[in-house]
Amino acid sequence: MTTTETVARPDERLASTRILDRLVVRPEVGALLGAVLVFVFFSVVTEQFLSVGGVATWLDDASTLGIMAVAVALLMIGGEFDLSAGVMTASTALVTALLATQAGWNVWLALLVSLVFALAVGAFNGWMVLRTGLPSFIVTLGTFLALQGLNLGVTRLVTGSVQVSGMRRTDGYESAGSVFASTIDIGGTAFPVSILWWVAVTAAAAWLLTRTRFGNWIFAVGGSAPSARAVGVPLGRTKILLFMGTAVAAWLVGSINILRFASVQANQGIGLEFQYIIAAVIGGCLLTGGFGSAVGAAIGALIFGMARQGIVYAQWDSDWFMLFLGVMLLSAVLVNNAFRRRAERVR
Amino acid sequence: MTALMEVRDVGKSYGSVIALREVSAVVDAGEVICVLGDNGAGKSTLIKILAGVHQHDTGEFLVEGTPVRFDSPRDALAAGIATVYQDLAVVPLMSVWRNFFLGSEPTVGFGPLRMLDRRTGRQVTKRALAEMGIDLRDVEQPVGTLSGGERQCVAIARAVHFGAKVLILDEPTAALGVKQAGVVLRYVAQARDRGLGVVLITHNPHHAYPVGDRFLLLNRGRSLGCHDKADITLAELTRQMAGGAELEALEHELRAGQ
Repeated sequence: MTTTETVARPDERLASTRILDRLVVRPEVGALLGAVLVFVFFSVVTEQFLSVGGVATWLDDASTLGIMAVAVALLMIGGEFDLSAGVMTASTALVTALLATQAGWNVWLALLVSLVFALAVGAFNGWMVLRTGLPSFIVTLGTFLALQGLNLGVTRLVTGSVQVSGMRRTDGYESAGSVFASTIDIGGTAFPVSILWWVAVTAAAAWLLTRTRFGNWIFAVGGSAPSARAVGVPLGRTKILLFMGTAVAAWLVGSINILRFASVQANQGIGLEFQYIIAAVIGGCLLTGGFGSAVGAAIGALIFGMARQGIVYAQWDSDWFMLFLGVMLLSAVLVNNAFRRRAERVR
Repeated sequence: MTALMEVRDVGKSYGSVIALREVSAVVDAGEVICVLGDNGAGKSTLIKILAGVHQHDTGEFLVEGTPVRFDSPRDALAAGIATVYQDLAVVPLMSVWRNFFLGSEPTVGFGPLRMLDRRTGRQVTKRALAEMGIDLRDVEQPVGTLSGGERQCVAIARAVHFGAKVLILDEPTAALGVKQAGVVLRYVAQARDRGLGVVLITHNPHHAYPVGDRFLLLNRGRSLGCHDKADITLAELTRQMAGGAELEALEHELRAGQ
């Protein structure tokens, strides 16, 4: 048929560079390259970095950040931001801690209630964004500030100080701790169980994103909301569930923290929201939505952890970490931009 | 025989503005009806009524002989009326097959472990596109890498595949070059040959004439008449669309000014 003539042209061009194209178009390739570079660099420059203890340290550092980065990445692919994600890790920990230490509840029950609280905040964020049509940046900035105030205000009101401690004496601390904050012994070094949670969350998110219907909808609502709506994708439900997803991830991280350190500061988590977004962007997420990967975000968090601990092992001033972060972020954004232009090349 | 879709004297006003007044048209299976008109003629209002975005105020709207009133685009879709908008057709960053099945994804498995059936998705997309004469070697490539005409074709193939009986195309050739427009028109003809009723909205009589069986001319919200192809020539169609006598007066005026 003659109709194939115009269609076949880009095909032929694609065929010649097909393997490269396939590889380059994957959002996590840039992050993977960066991770290998950082890994090799600190392995050569410092001695502790590659030791079992060193590996456990930077994996631990990356794990809680990674859990959040993955959830935030899904939300960003869906075209939204959540600035309240950082402070939510403290809010959920505070709810659990206050209920367990002040009200004398069993830890498991307290965890359940803080999970419900997290789901409610996430649903509220999503509902507000959809209802008002305002950018999620502004809406969740509001939630962020409100939660920050609540965290400090309520904690001071109840305990008279800005921290809640004494988790070790509560009912169910041992069993809950074994799930969220135990360690696994490998080669004489204790690896925190949060690393397993990180891997599990990443695997689940990657599966959800690329292998399920809901994942398809996430890409669609972020990539082009009107198109998605026009073909019958439930836009509101998808976005609200994504906001609830980041809130649940914050609950998981908050629970890991409170059970591990047995105390929580009311001002914890502030500023972390940007680290999550940065990790997701380094992992290949577009700020404009519709493109990205869960595995990429996890690798972004890994780069974070490796660099933060590597700089300590190299005995540099930790100020350099920020410089490193800035350079990483800029190069990631540049690489992402190039990819997007590639994907939208012909109009 | 009842028509696939019919409007009888439909009208629509937005507040005090009458956007459409007493327009009648019939769409039969295997037929292309072209809706022509200049900007502001009421083309968009008419298709918005057909697509379920707006409801008509007066007159009747019949699908297979039954009067209908759609509350949403989803209702229209359920009744077999698919609309392909110029820009709303696809998500550029998603792959061709994911776009094709967006909103109606094939799945395997049960309960929380229900997964996308990616193999079926890819195969069906490739086959459905091939049946329309679109040969894409790689349905995994992002739709954004396709040209404008090809994107329209993917959207048309999607509507055909999911069992649309009536296909409404909103200015499918407006942003396209001559060659690309030709490709799209060929797929319009394909859809018609497969028994769909096609409503083609355009302001280009040169695109409408070769593919259309009937031509509904709109001007300032009113129908200037619905002509069968046998009753009207391309020149006459162009003349009427451009405002006929008005254009001649303008031509006269411009020539006099020289």
